[in-house]
Amino acid sequence: MKDFLKRFKTAFIFTIGMCVICGFVYPMFLTATSQIFFHDQANGSKIEVNGEVVASEFVGQDFTDERLFHCRPSAYNYNTYTLEQLESGEYAGLSSGSNNYAPSNPALEKRISDEVKTFMDENPTVKLDDIPSDIVTASGSGLDPHISVEAAMVQVDRIVANTDLTNEEVISLIEKNTEHKILGIFGEDKVNIVLLNLDLAKEIGMI
Amino acid sequence: MLQIVCTLLLSMVIIMPFALYIYNITTKKKSFVDPVMDKVDDGIYRLFKIDTSDMDWKKYVCTLLLVNACMVLVGYLILRVQSILFFNPNGIGNMDQSLSFNTIISFMTNTNLQHYSGESSLSYLSQMLVIIMMMFTSAATGYAACAAMIRGFLGKKMGNFYVDFTRIITRFLLPMSFIVGLILVWQGVPQTLYPNYTVFTIEGKLQDIASGPIAALESIKHLGTNGGGFLGANSSTPLENPTIITNILELFAMMILPASCVFTFGHMAYDKYHEKKIQAGNDLSTIKDNKHVWLGSEGRSLFTAMAVLFLIGLILCFWAESQGNSAVAANGIVQTLGNMEGKEVRFGIAQSSLFTTVTTSFTTGTVNNMHDTLTPLGGMVPLLHMMLNVVFGGAGVGLMNMLIYAIIAVFICGLMIGRTPEYLSKKIEGKEMKLAALCIIIHPLLILGFSAISVIVPAGLEGITNPGFHGLSQVLYEFSSSAANNGSGFEGLADNTLFWNITTGIAMFFGRYLSIVIQLAIANSLMKKIDINESVGTLKTNTWTFAIVLVFVVYIFAALTFLPALALGPIAEALTLGI
Repeated sequence: MKDFLKRFKTAFIFTIGMCVICGFVYPMFLTATSQIFFHDQANGSKIEVNGEVVASEFVGQDFTDERLFHCRPSAYNYNTYTLEQLESGEYAGLSSGSNNYAPSNPALEKRISDEVKTFMDENPTVKLDDIPSDIVTASGSGLDPHISVEAAMVQVDRIVANTDLTNEEVISLIEKNTEHKILGIFGEDKVNIVLLNLDLAKEIGMI
Repeated sequence: MLQIVCTLLLSMVIIMPFALYIYNITTKKKSFVDPVMDKVDDGIYRLFKIDTSDMDWKKYVCTLLLVNACMVLVGYLILRVQSILFFNPNGIGNMDQSLSFNTIISFMTNTNLQHYSGESSLSYLSQMLVIIMMMFTSAATGYAACAAMIRGFLGKKMGNFYVDFTRIITRFLLPMSFIVGLILVWQGVPQTLYPNYTVFTIEGKLQDIASGPIAALESIKHLGTNGGGFLGANSSTPLENPTIITNILELFAMMILPASCVFTFGHMAYDKYHEKKIQAGNDLSTIKDNKHVWLGSEGRSLFTAMAVLFLIGLILCFWAESQGNSAVAANGIVQTLGNMEGKEVRFGIAQSSLFTTVTTSFTTGTVNNMHDTLTPLGGMVPLLHMMLNVVFGGAGVGLMNMLIYAIIAVFICGLMIGRTPEYLSKKIEGKEMKLAALCIIIHPLLILGFSAISVIVPAGLEGITNPGFHGLSQVLYEFSSSAANNGSGFEGLADNTLFWNITTGIAMFFGRYLSIVIQLAIANSLMKKIDINESVGTLKTNTWTFAIVLVFVVYIFAALTFLPALALGPIAEALTLGI
């Protein structure tokens, strides 16, 4: 028994030691280092317009304005909400994830069919065959800031119809915000909607 | 396809030097960090009054269990009172009993099954002091057990738990976590103590954005093959995994330790062979210097078997996901991108299916896409790899499981062709076979037993959220993930209930500790045996043939135990959808 108590004491003190080293010293040291060397990224890559934070570069938003590009569907609306939704309790607080519908789940087919219908209503010039699959399916995180280049291109007609910009101007904005595969191999070609919409909003004088 | 091949080739190049480094840590060979790290380690031993002499297997196991028990105790207390402690800028409340129980078991066993969502259930202090601490210590525990088992198999003394545990943390996990963490921050992962914040969007709406010490958790989460995310949606969220660079970095980070364990085993087996040759008085010039040995021939057999299993799974997963989602196709959408439901645009099908296969093969459990939304056959691959639990496996334990399969393969082959079953010059006898059989039966027993209970009891059925065959897949996945100490999930399952918290907690506990105890018992029994000399009757285990035999033994065993369950879950779903 005495021997066990001695061993327990060693193990317990060792545990406290590990808590301090791994659970406190390490994260604090990393916090200090990253705050010094990568201050912007460490604080969330915030984007400011006229001195106010309007977005984070890596978090998508639930854009609904017909002059702006729209993101993919999200189970949590990108944690975007209005004051009314907050007061009525419709917004349940910070979250992330997807609906987790299996391919065999009828609810998935229904949700996608609703999305397709909404998209066709918003973009009447687009044919069903031309809708890329990413714009009607939900991402894993519900916060995806990207859409495929094709998904941006199919929205061009709507943007042109609702703003003073020409086709070429909108397409050049997309090209400017397209991120290509690294070395032509790794990743996918994609457009960051948050950055693209900020550029677009500046062009049309929204901000 | 090209990027999968390039990523895997690049991973081999990057892992090799680390593997050599880990081999040096395990065998206490000289390495370039000794001048500094020896002092640090000695300081830790002195500070905590640790006796660094060799332990026998019982003492080794008891110390392992005791240290883990203390950590469970401390962690549980912190979770229960986190609301009144400091570093809680988001005002998170205390975690309830059953969820705390599940969470603590989950992180201590290196599983990281999460029945909570990080955004709303853990304070920054809990994320650091409990979650990050356990990510280090559970990985170090698995590694230490593996190091002891290898030593036992090779007839060496088992070593000291505290020494193995401390060395891997101070020499590998801590410095690497810091470097990986810093790269993640550079790419855009937050690392701060400031609370979550709200922005006013250009459309005049509000948006809440999560924040916190994410990068610190993210790096050890992968290096220690842990897998529990800071946020609910884990590595699919752009805050945890913002770019393709972070994605590949996270992939490599989770491959290093399991792959290095196989490498270490191969080298140590080669060293033994080397020593025997010297004892026998052979000409030294015929023996290759260890530095020029790639894996060692015994290690090569295991590595090849694991790699074959891995590639078969990867190809199936990639193919199935490329076919697209039937619910999308039913709406007349052309899917050139593949099944994008539950996937991120920046990763696409290639990096998502690679990540899915790696995370379940190396039993990390981190996800960069939602596994519940995978196509039936694409989702069967992660499920199957967790059922096998030997395709590289988590920090240390994957190799331990593979060694058990190797013993069984040797035994089966021995029976078929009339050779004496021996492995690494040790005779395999009744006692080892009984223990190995017991060890291998625990895993399916936990998975299938608990799954059966869950589909009978109303409390279990209530958790299922997808109708039809996929519902069974959700249940199977949850228990496979628990028993294999993986931690990924078919996240649709409504699992934060008393029933699920307790059952998965038990599955994780026994899946981890029973296996480790039995495996070390086998190692101890082999350690005490006298080496027998190779004769014409010896079945060689360092050949390509043996690697192939091993693959078949693993698949046959899996088919015998899991095929009926798989047929009712993912396979039936695939057939109904016409894939």
